[in-house]
Amino acid sequence: MAETFILIPGRTSKQGVTLNEGKYTDGYLEEINTLQISPEDMERLQFENGDNIRMWNDFGEVVVPCKTSKVDELPPGMLFISYGDKSSRLMAGETHGTGMPDSKGMDVQIEKVSAPA
Amino acid sequence: MSTVAPPPQESSDSAEVPELKVVTDATCTFCGCVCDDMELTVEGNKIKKAKNACVLGKAWFLNHHIEDRPEAIIEGQPASYEQAIERAAEILSNAIYPITYGLSDTTCEAQRVAVAISDWIGGCVDTTTSVCHGPSGIAFQEVGEVTCTLGEIKNRADYIVFWGGNPAESHPRHFTRYSLMPKGQFLPNGRKDRTAVLIDVRKTKSAKAADIHLQVKPRSDFELAWAMRAIAKGVDVDTAMIEEKTGISLERLTEVVEGMKAAKFGVILFGMGLTMTRGKHLNSEAVLSLARDLNKYTRWTAKPMRGHGNVTGADNVVTWQTGYPFGIHLGRGYPRFNPGEWTSSDLLARGEADAALIIASDPMSNFSQPARDHLAKINSVVLDPKLSETAKVATVAFTTSTYGINTTGTVYRMDDVPIPLRPAFDSPYKSDYEILKAIEKRIREKQLNGGMSS
Repeated sequence: MAETFILIPGRTSKQGVTLNEGKYTDGYLEEINTLQISPEDMERLQFENGDNIRMWNDFGEVVVPCKTSKVDELPPGMLFISYGDKSSRLMAGETHGTGMPDSKGMDVQIEKVSAPA
Repeated sequence: MSTVAPPPQESSDSAEVPELKVVTDATCTFCGCVCDDMELTVEGNKIKKAKNACVLGKAWFLNHHIEDRPEAIIEGQPASYEQAIERAAEILSNAIYPITYGLSDTTCEAQRVAVAISDWIGGCVDTTTSVCHGPSGIAFQEVGEVTCTLGEIKNRADYIVFWGGNPAESHPRHFTRYSLMPKGQFLPNGRKDRTAVLIDVRKTKSAKAADIHLQVKPRSDFELAWAMRAIAKGVDVDTAMIEEKTGISLERLTEVVEGMKAAKFGVILFGMGLTMTRGKHLNSEAVLSLARDLNKYTRWTAKPMRGHGNVTGADNVVTWQTGYPFGIHLGRGYPRFNPGEWTSSDLLARGEADAALIIASDPMSNFSQPARDHLAKINSVVLDPKLSETAKVATVAFTTSTYGINTTGTVYRMDDVPIPLRPAFDSPYKSDYEILKAIEKRIREKQLNGGMSS
């Protein structure tokens, strides 16, 4: 059963470090392709670290592995992913006259799937 | 360049030992902090040590080697610079609605040439600011900016509010060099003399460095800023509504606002938590207005935390050339500014642009899907030191040297202070400036002489 969450893409120091090592390195790809979920939601939804999660909204869809966020860092109902290719696929082309697509605080739905995309 | 004598060598066989030198006062261009106190130990064409650099700066300096790539690629095939410049000039000259985009990771000198090319071909010029602090740029035009330098923050700021950002991870030296920790002229005890507040939806690493964390509900920054403005002015507010909407009690919020009013010098340093979230320029506008309001009681300022190494330079250069910071159309022979119409994300997503000149940026990895789909269809000219998804789909892709590591020039720190670059070693690849100048020259020859070289 899919649930609606609020997705916050953002910068991390690991993303910045691995970006310099190369956008095609395993470290960078792992960092921008991993969805962080609060411990409470992981337990409630019976997700395990490494489970593949389908995440989608009206504008796009991605499948990414998940991991439990650090205690207290994310409140329940909120998701975090390092800003990059996957998070940007969920942005709309429309910018409401600003030039800036909605890139943080996006409503998304998630569900566990059996296989990666 | 500031260099000092190299350390003594154990071997006397200098022919087999790469040149070793130390570059002092080098500048890191990875993030908007633009720290200019780097001490680089350089061996041949590799940086071995980057003293004073943060974790991001070290990764920047230690991973920009000379890669074995063609100097240019045309439609997937290796080409010479000359061939690529000719093709690039042809694409840009023949385009009806071309865009120039990127520019935040190159020098001011290169940015200036990119604007000139856009002007000659009657295109649009836009920078990564439009998907960064572009909304703050709009807000500046609405309510102004009570500004300051990082030096003033270091020496004077006894109350600091970080809002919608996580500098502990995105700008690691900001705390230690500019804002939170350093001892300043009027803050002899450094951190002990300062109060720090973090306003953010997540309890990030930056929360641990702050005295107070206001964990605002997502998409409620606008309401929070306006509640703080009202509290500061003594306006009656709806206690229950504020708490329900923002997740923060009136009592807690009043405590912070009173602390802000009692400060001697305050600064709000705001990030993309405001500009990328619904409300965008209205969020920035609310925070800038709060800082402005507080000047009725004491000295307050507000500055955006800028990301890329010279994104602030892009704003400055494009503004001094056209009068506007981003999202500019030059097709009528004079500049017009309209975010949403002439910003790159929109021009591509709507399928309007018919060619693109992209400098040091990777929109194929971070634009919306409709924008990426269109960019992949049109002719594009891409300049980048490293391979990227954008370079992969380019009609013409140039491999460039890296600014600050291989080439000199000027960049602007996030507080609009220009800083010179001191490169560490030479690159066999041309700089953005050199390539753009050659493209501009060829475009002008086509326009003036019907394509004949002068």
